[in-house]
Amino acid sequence: MAAIIRALPLTCIRYPKYKSAAIKTASNALQFQRLESTSQQIPKLEEFDKPQFPGSQSRWTEKLEFVRGDIYDGIPVYRVMNRDGNIIDPSHDPKLSQEMITKLYKGMTLLNTMDRILYESQRQGRISFYMTSFGEEGTHFGSAAALDPQDMIYGQYREAGVLMYRGYTLDQFVNQCYGNKNDIARGRQMPVHYGIKSLNFVSISSPLATQMPQAVGSAYALKRSQTGLCVICYFGEGASSEGDAHAALNFAATLNCPIIFFCRNNGYAISTPTHEQYKGDGIAARGPAYGIPSIRVDGNDILAVYNVTKAARQLVVDESKPVLIEAMTYRIGHHSTSDDSSAYRSVDEVRFWHQKDHPISRLRKYMENLGWWDENKEKAWKEETKKQVMQTVVKAEKLKRAPIDEMLKDVYDEMPPHLKEQLEAIKAHIEQYHEHYPVDNYEKN
Amino acid sequence: MALRHLRLAPIFKKLTRLENSDLLKSKNQYKLLCRLSHFTYVPDTVSASDGETTRMNLFQSVTNALDIALAADPSAVIFGEDVAFGGVFRCTVGLQDKYGRDRVFNSPLCEQGIVGFGIGMAVAGATAIAEIQFADYIYPAFDQIINEAAKYRFRSGNEFNCGGLTIRAPYGAVGHGALYHSQSPEAFFAHVPGIKIVIPRGPLQAKGLLLSCIRDKNPCIFFEPKILYRMAVEQVPLKDYELPLSKAEILTEGDDVTVIGWGTEVHVLREVCQLAQDKLNVSCELIDLMTILPWDKETVINSVKKTGRLLIAHEAPLTGGFGAEIAATVQNECFLNLEAPIERVTGHDAPFSHVFEPFYIPSKWRCFDAIKKLINF
Repeated sequence: MAAIIRALPLTCIRYPKYKSAAIKTASNALQFQRLESTSQQIPKLEEFDKPQFPGSQSRWTEKLEFVRGDIYDGIPVYRVMNRDGNIIDPSHDPKLSQEMITKLYKGMTLLNTMDRILYESQRQGRISFYMTSFGEEGTHFGSAAALDPQDMIYGQYREAGVLMYRGYTLDQFVNQCYGNKNDIARGRQMPVHYGIKSLNFVSISSPLATQMPQAVGSAYALKRSQTGLCVICYFGEGASSEGDAHAALNFAATLNCPIIFFCRNNGYAISTPTHEQYKGDGIAARGPAYGIPSIRVDGNDILAVYNVTKAARQLVVDESKPVLIEAMTYRIGHHSTSDDSSAYRSVDEVRFWHQKDHPISRLRKYMENLGWWDENKEKAWKEETKKQVMQTVVKAEKLKRAPIDEMLKDVYDEMPPHLKEQLEAIKAHIEQYHEHYPVDNYEKN
Repeated sequence: MALRHLRLAPIFKKLTRLENSDLLKSKNQYKLLCRLSHFTYVPDTVSASDGETTRMNLFQSVTNALDIALAADPSAVIFGEDVAFGGVFRCTVGLQDKYGRDRVFNSPLCEQGIVGFGIGMAVAGATAIAEIQFADYIYPAFDQIINEAAKYRFRSGNEFNCGGLTIRAPYGAVGHGALYHSQSPEAFFAHVPGIKIVIPRGPLQAKGLLLSCIRDKNPCIFFEPKILYRMAVEQVPLKDYELPLSKAEILTEGDDVTVIGWGTEVHVLREVCQLAQDKLNVSCELIDLMTILPWDKETVINSVKKTGRLLIAHEAPLTGGFGAEIAATVQNECFLNLEAPIERVTGHDAPFSHVFEPFYIPSKWRCFDAIKKLINF
């Protein structure tokens, strides 16, 4: 495992065969390692026949040949079990306990139930916005399970399962979506922008990819504090096109930061298919160009995601360098409640992934093969999750919103005089014009 | 960013050699050098209670502040483009040798990465001191500053913050910096709740204010007037001291006109006040605003209530400049006290050009003329 991730030297890009050639040329590639000293070493006389440019380490060629990005087989997709839940190579079975597998399965299905109910809540106008994780539950739970609970997490917005695995409660999810007074962020952000310090899950923000260089900075700080912890940073394949993604990969490599970049490649960025997003071999192929060990994994195979993340974690912590994981998956749901994906893709395409290659059904087959799950358990669990989520929603709906003071708090650590003035002004105004504002929905001070 | 080879380091290196040569040791020779600029730097004085002092120019006082910050806080790091060898303006000289390569290091050439990285360090609880090589090149990091740094604490319900982040950037006109080595972008940032913006007028203030920014629990942008890096020299206390943010300073008291500026412009205005006294017998009250956001309304309002007239000067363009914010606030708070329309003398609403700089900047004669208008209204 680790060996596969470890060394995909830059030289590989030139050759049609990525797979075994990569490993064979790994030792060969060592001689091309760039010097990390600040000044260039003056070469010995006999070495003068090699290029001496400080910007790269390679050899001369007299052939005029462009390096083509379109001539090699793509980086292969690592998997552990097939679509029937059968382990393909037993040596790669992580042999997770029944308890652990059940926890993962229950988590994925609970997230699925919560998604269905909150999606409906939005359709009924009870919450303003929602984004489901349909089809990507495997990437969330598989990766989360392979981390240390203290590792810092930076997400994009479609990683609710990671947070759920960490212990974020249904109440916390639903309160955030309803923006009620129990929401940790006081109702300031749109729904699904979760975040909580105690679980080391940094608050989500809408601007795409901004979390990526930030995650690198946090990884650098963790490295300096010598805690043995790392950072994982999730992002979609669309976000990978942002300048901040480039910044993050390059900074992480040059500054040797212990960070796992986890890309969810689900085929679409809202309506934009990947062939309009990039021309290269997906996201994983960019890693080696930055000097980052990279791997591609079947995102619908939770065991494969677990293995890859676990090995990546080992690598980044041991060697203090970044790793890039590209999890191939499919966005089964609409982009968000503001999107109707049938406007740009076929129902048949979605049905294929929903019915033939779904992370939840695959893990269920794996469990059934082992006799750990059956129809009765499935039915009972489904009932229970539905009841749990419904009760949580009913409770959250009854709660008022936070006091309006919260609108102007936490802008700075302490409220500066001009904000105090504005707060007094709005209070005086509302007192006079209260009948024109929804004051009853907000908690009194 | 583009055209880095045009940056000013070589010119300043030449100046250092001049400055350090025997030729320039005498006061007159130094004045000769300064005559090339549009203002005269008058050193501030320290009180005996400030303890031991030493002669420093502005870049040395910045280095001194950074040195103190790193010594006092083991989590503090400094990074940016070319900071490792000492920085293109010499602000980080010797710090890597003293504190190690993991605390003072070069980043790749990417401003959005520098600020994003700094935010992440601060979120993890460390103190991050990021350098943007010129304020003109801060815009690639605009998104990280405005959408991220400024909103971190608010949007997370105070679960997370990046209060440990300080962004330093050389700032303002320099004589020949043209479009991309002269800009004063403070007004862009003044429109953003959640950050602090600070601009010192000399070495004494630079050290105290920078230490305050580094230790403040909010993300701060610290703009260093680069024309003062070598030109502004004065005695600076060696001790660790902080100057309060959001506090303006009244430099000279007066009764007829309130005059406000920040950074280099304070020195222009100091001369203007003297001119007004000498030629017009007008008594000006000179205020250095120092913190642009959140700014010290109280000091400014109290002064205008006394004088009844206000001149605001800044190098940045007029339209949407921070002078507009001050003028609107003063108009609202001091309506009954104002005896003339508020005057703003600023850069023009054009890009900052190369050979026309003497006509572009809010020179002392343009400011002097504005005072005449204020008095004669």
